[in-house]
Amino acid sequence: MPPHPETWLKVTEAGLYCEPGGFFIDPLRPVDRAVITHGHSDHARPGHRAVLATAETLAIMTRRLGEGRAGESQQALGYAEALDIGGVRVTLRPAGHVLGSAQVVLEWQGARAVVSGDYKTRRDPTCATFEPVPCDVFVTEATFGLPVFRHPPAEEEIARLLASLRVFPERTHVVGAYALGKTQRVLALLREAGYDAPIYVHGALTPMNEVYASFGITLGDLRPATVANREALAGAVVIGPPGAIQDRWARRLSDPVVALASGWMRVRQRAKSRGVELPLVISDHADWDELNATLDAVAAPEVWVTHGAEDALIHAAGLRGIRGRALHLVGRGDEDEAVAEAPSVAGSAPDGAREATEEPP
Amino acid sequence: MKRFADLLERLVLTPARNTKLAHLKDWIATEPDPDRGIGLAALTGELSFDAAKAGLIRTLAAERTDPVLFALSYDFVGDLAETVSLMWPAREGVNEAAPSLAAVARTLATTSRGELPGIVAAWLDTLDASSRFALLKLITGGMRVGVSARLVKVALAERYGIDVAEIEEAWPAVAPPYTALFDWLEGRGPQPRGVDAPVFRPPMLANPLDEAELAEFDPREFRAEWKWDGIRVQCVATRTGAKLWSRGGEEIGHAFPEIVEAMEGLEAVLDGELLVLREGVVAPFSDLQQRLNRKAPGAKLMREHPAHVRLYDMLFEGTGDIRGLGFDARRERLETWLAREAPARMDLSPLVPFSSWEELAAIRAGAREAGIEGLMLKRADSPYVAGRPKGPWFKWKRDPLTLDAVLMYAQRGHGKRSSFYSDYTFGVWRGEELVPVGKAYSGFTDKELAWLDRWIRNNTIGRFGPVREVEKALVLEVAFDAAQRSSRHRSGVALRFPRISRIRTDKPAAEADRIEAVLALLDPAGR
Ligand SMILES: [Zn+2]
Ligand SMILES: [Zn+2]
Repeated sequence: MPPHPETWLKVTEAGLYCEPGGFFIDPLRPVDRAVITHGHSDHARPGHRAVLATAETLAIMTRRLGEGRAGESQQALGYAEALDIGGVRVTLRPAGHVLGSAQVVLEWQGARAVVSGDYKTRRDPTCATFEPVPCDVFVTEATFGLPVFRHPPAEEEIARLLASLRVFPERTHVVGAYALGKTQRVLALLREAGYDAPIYVHGALTPMNEVYASFGITLGDLRPATVANREALAGAVVIGPPGAIQDRWARRLSDPVVALASGWMRVRQRAKSRGVELPLVISDHADWDELNATLDAVAAPEVWVTHGAEDALIHAAGLRGIRGRALHLVGRGDEDEAVAEAPSVAGSAPDGAREATEEPP
Repeated sequence: MKRFADLLERLVLTPARNTKLAHLKDWIATEPDPDRGIGLAALTGELSFDAAKAGLIRTLAAERTDPVLFALSYDFVGDLAETVSLMWPAREGVNEAAPSLAAVARTLATTSRGELPGIVAAWLDTLDASSRFALLKLITGGMRVGVSARLVKVALAERYGIDVAEIEEAWPAVAPPYTALFDWLEGRGPQPRGVDAPVFRPPMLANPLDEAELAEFDPREFRAEWKWDGIRVQCVATRTGAKLWSRGGEEIGHAFPEIVEAMEGLEAVLDGELLVLREGVVAPFSDLQQRLNRKAPGAKLMREHPAHVRLYDMLFEGTGDIRGLGFDARRERLETWLAREAPARMDLSPLVPFSSWEELAAIRAGAREAGIEGLMLKRADSPYVAGRPKGPWFKWKRDPLTLDAVLMYAQRGHGKRSSFYSDYTFGVWRGEELVPVGKAYSGFTDKELAWLDRWIRNNTIGRFGPVREVEKALVLEVAFDAAQRSSRHRSGVALRFPRISRIRTDKPAAEADRIEAVLALLDPAGR
């Protein structure tokens, strides 16, 4: 009888720990050995000694965290390769979330656990598509783990943006999108849809665009939004981090249509409360149907939920005879599609406030 | 239905009045009849369907969704119609055409309660998520998209380039889908006219006073009145009927039938403050609030919360328009008219005599009665001008009081806040325990709201239906206009118009204010 993953894959204060392999996955604090699923800041933190990840994730981490802070030693592992760490066979399979994102497949003494990190299963021109791996325990996120979240095809949402540009040809369309993943996907989808005008980009988004370009993902004519004058931006698409779409930067633009690309935009009161006139339901996370289809595809008898709406997903899994367990991993969140941002109120920063995923402007 | 859903979506997401107007004008210009008029009526709440209610939606949700998943989803989204529209499960093999808006309205109006669930479920199967939302909002009423009847009238006026007063004149004579109205506006027919109908006239509004400017004004050229803590209303009585209008042009007579009754037989257009008055004493605003919350008040509520209008201006006497006269002249006409007609449930708002600004400032500072919000200053010669002209009228509100209180319970808000915990019950210390002294749901920025919502979700220690009890750890600075005795609060006091002025993450809960500090602020009349 192979050992149940709960005997060798443990939840610790620093995060998931593979005991026989002696490494953590996406640890919360600096550790000796870390396997990183992808480059978002709630998964890829600074200060580890040895870091194992895809080449793309290593490049993203290094660019975000700075030379030397993304692991004293880095080891790249391709999607097709395997590695033996203390008797544990480790492979990385595409997670379809952002460039370089990977599921970590762990095999030990005949048992297999898959830690999927963040993922989505639909097509994304900027990263490899998710591949389900049958396993004994599937570790999943549940950011959009409620049946109200059903993302429409991203291409349809891009078509709505293009339609708005036709209806309001004089207005600047400011699209809020996170720096890593969402921005490049929105740009690539616009290009696929035949939009070949220059797109103006907030400075905070440039570093990640450059990393994507270095891996051969080209995004057409991009220009800095900061130096362009107001007239040039009339009727243009401007893309910036979500935090910037309502600040002074955006208000300088000509009668802007404020758009935001996020799975949360499905709930219109959320869109309204953020002052978004054109919500674009585009997410890098699996929606309710994708989550449930994935549970069926990997056919694991047991699923562990790291964060998000775990109650609903575990309930739905239970209805199909799948055992569910909520891990309540701390420091993990919907950071790449944050709902609330730290407000500017009197006194100290709120508890649990974390730095945003974007680069500092 | 899809086009109406799109319109609704745009209106929900557009805070700016002018953009809302643009969307309405576009709808008026492009939507075919009768959906055009039906849509406008739906937005302004003119349509109401007795057989279709929120309970129907709950029933359908229970039939078609898992109860646990529904409860978790509803808890997240906060709005029933939106929750069901988003999670409604697709049904294989449904490819019927979606119904038109007019067909939906007609069916809702004529179908019996028993047949409705099956029909609505079949519609939901054919519609996309945003159309499902529109349909469910149509059923429950209360679109909450910030479109009043008045805004629709303004949109019509702008679309057809005519004075909005002309639309107001025609409005009482038409009904959804407003065919006669559009015939007139598009040159196919005469202007529909309600003969001498009790129509709304936009009121004259005041600007906040900048105290620094006061020195430049001559006190002899101004009149002062109390600013009453009720709601501004317009009483319109003509030979054909009587109507009570809110300041924004919404008809509210159904909630205050005793006022409408008191207007019968009169002929005038009057401007005043709607109050709850007991033996001549103005009751706290919360008493009026209870009346405003009811569409049709019961006998008990009307007996215990009697409504009253305190008049301060007159726009028409008989059929004569006196808006062009100066304030003093209109006031004289109002006083004479009141003395002659002596209508029930109405009295005169007295002038507050003063001879210098210093004297008036002292009067304002000394006023702590529940029913008074501050003072109004009006130029003695000012004609009655619709809108908010700069210069003739000022409101001079009392300075707010503040208190450091501890957040105790939170509840989700309504409308755009329905997915956030935005209604806060807060308390102060009495000995070792916290006692609630009020509820606030305004004063914070959207960012602060997002922060508070997250804090509440992370610090919940109990749930009672929609209410969450939180860790007694967060201090809120609360601003309010007055403190009053209250038997409805365990603390024995209630605050008037409390709002969150600051989040005091710097202050430990133990250092929040004590009940003694609140009692010291009670207004003399209520002590
Ligand atoms: Zn991520
Ligand atoms: Zn994440």
